[in-house]
Amino acid sequence: MPKLNMVQAINLALKEEMQRDKNVVLLGEDVGKDGGVFRVSEGLLDLFGHERVIDTPLAESGITGVAIGMALYGLRPVAEIQFMGFIYPAIDQIFSHASRIRARSRGRFTCPLVVRAPCGAGIKAPELHSESSEALFCHMPGIKVVVPSSPYNAKGLLISSIRDPDPVIFLESTRLYRSIKEDVPEGEYIIPLGKARVVREGKAVTLLAWGSMLHRTLQAIEDIDAEVIDLMTLKPFDEETILKSVKKTGRVVIVHEAPKTCGFGAELSATIAEDAIFHLKAPIMRVTGYDVVLPLPKLEDFYIPTTARIKKAIEEVMKY
Amino acid sequence: MPERIIESCNVKRLEVLDEKGNADESLMPSLSDEQIKKMYELLILSRTFDQRALNLQREGRLGTYASILGQEASQIGSAFALEKSDWIFPSFREMGVYITMDYPLHMLFQYWSGDERGVKCPDDLNIFPVCVPVGTQLPHAVGAAMGVKYRGDKKTVACYFGDGGTSEGDFHEGMNFAGVFKLPVVFICQNNHWAISVPREKQTASKTLAQKAFAYGFEGIQVDGNDIFAVYKAASEAVRKAKDGNGPTFIECFTYRMSDHTTADDAARYRLKEEIDSWKPKDPILRLKLFMEKKGLWNNQYQTDVENKARETVDEAVKREEAIEHPEPKDMFTFTYEKLTQRQMRQIKEL
Ligand SMILES: Cc1ncc(C[n+]2csc(CCOP(=O)(O)OP(=O)(O)O)c2C)c(N)n1
Repeated sequence: MPKLNMVQAINLALKEEMQRDKNVVLLGEDVGKDGGVFRVSEGLLDLFGHERVIDTPLAESGITGVAIGMALYGLRPVAEIQFMGFIYPAIDQIFSHASRIRARSRGRFTCPLVVRAPCGAGIKAPELHSESSEALFCHMPGIKVVVPSSPYNAKGLLISSIRDPDPVIFLESTRLYRSIKEDVPEGEYIIPLGKARVVREGKAVTLLAWGSMLHRTLQAIEDIDAEVIDLMTLKPFDEETILKSVKKTGRVVIVHEAPKTCGFGAELSATIAEDAIFHLKAPIMRVTGYDVVLPLPKLEDFYIPTTARIKKAIEEVMKY
Repeated sequence: MPERIIESCNVKRLEVLDEKGNADESLMPSLSDEQIKKMYELLILSRTFDQRALNLQREGRLGTYASILGQEASQIGSAFALEKSDWIFPSFREMGVYITMDYPLHMLFQYWSGDERGVKCPDDLNIFPVCVPVGTQLPHAVGAAMGVKYRGDKKTVACYFGDGGTSEGDFHEGMNFAGVFKLPVVFICQNNHWAISVPREKQTASKTLAQKAFAYGFEGIQVDGNDIFAVYKAASEAVRKAKDGNGPTFIECFTYRMSDHTTADDAARYRLKEEIDSWKPKDPILRLKLFMEKKGLWNNQYQTDVENKARETVDEAVKREEAIEHPEPKDMFTFTYEKLTQRQMRQIKEL
């Protein structure tokens, strides 16, 4: 089985889905000739041609709006937004249209669209190249949000996202693109949306993370019997797996890179408080980015949650 | 009823200086010898800055950098037409504009090294921070021009962007407002022919970018962007027109980015070497040099002096930048709001 990094795994998923279903088309800035700025779509133009791998003008609202139109017409567009910070010009299309087409047309029209975007800090990129604004999308009904944390999962989740009948925002951590390799089988396998993954079982504390923060969280546990859960899909998220774990451990630390206030951690803590508060032995802790505009490279390492901060939060909940 | 033509559009292209350094006297803007030399010195300084930035990036001393190689005349020629009191909304590739406006050089290096403090514009200038999201600065420039008009000031707002920027929705919304309200704004588009891997022809089906202004009810002109006199002439006329209350102008500087899109890019994947080579003889510095030589404004000694001076200035700026202390982590909190929120106060303590 080939060992692939995240870029290669996503590329493989795109290739196989395009071979399987001719309705699958890619579009975005630099996705064709250049193979995407991170080379995620490398080689696909040669295989599938300009009609299915479309270099678009520089216009995120246009790309997304056009992809919505394609989806309404029955295609399965996968739109790439070059960096998550540049998805903001497309938010109008995503929020005003993609999210509500099914509801507005009472199911007559649907929007099976995937918007892929690299996200997260830590690669010393310029402004707006490092955003983690997943919570914005989670808040909007009608949208699904997927954040893979490893090559194997990225492939299976992307296949599910492409086949999903609803719009999916698929976020790829730039920091993970080439930093981990894993066995990724060729051929079809699916990781269902809406299911979390228990990465490591344990009884003392539940650690909840996704994307690149999963790895940092794993690095932070030393001799603690922690249960680590990779959410994988944030919307809809897997309440059952999370609550089951919390009921077992009674302690929770949530780790995410996005700012704390109204981050997705807030939703998780509220859910746990609502449904499992009497199982808790300690307050729920969140380790997150700060409530600031994400700093330029010289300060970004101070922004991203460190293993030290995660450890400290774990120690804190273990005191109870 | 026969069909009739009710409107048609003509697109002018302005060229003053040819590749051999000959200027068309009838089009030559009025510039003193001193001004011409100043332009040349700014071209050399900007190129020296750019080359140094590329080297520093390779050595890991700067972050990702967007080179201006080949675009110097478009930037310096247009900024030369502006006054310090004018307002400037750049994109991320306007180092030549900052340098012409006398923005502290070490602060430019500081910005590209990933230190936010580098974009705090000095009080005597109104040049905005590098705008990373493409095309989003147009409406801001237009809004500032609305302010200029409202207050009755004698100022112009200059707004810079690339060919790719003309595809964004904000470009069209900004241009439309500018036309409707007849605002004192000059749009300066550096058509360097590529938006990363996408060539100009795939960016828009219109034959020129200049003609886009026509749809919004004001004048657009294409100029040879490697010809500093043509750029300067078009820009100074547009600035005058704006200051006289005669509305916006769109200037398409027809130029070429000789280097990769940024240091994170490899243009060899999508651009042909022949295309790059065909632009070499059009080099903006070479062209002005030939002109000046004919006029007796240039000789080898002058060249050496100008290059040495530029190198010293850039060395000095690098030294100064590298002596600046690393920003304090708490700096990232300082400018989110005027006052820290309660939660931020707690977060600062965690640092
Ligand atoms: C809204 C937005 N989308 C995508 C990007 C990524 N990006 C940075 S520069 C660039 C191409 C810009 O081309 P152009 O406007 O022609 O200017 P140039 O870089 O060629 O000077 C792209 C796609 C961005 N910065 N902002």
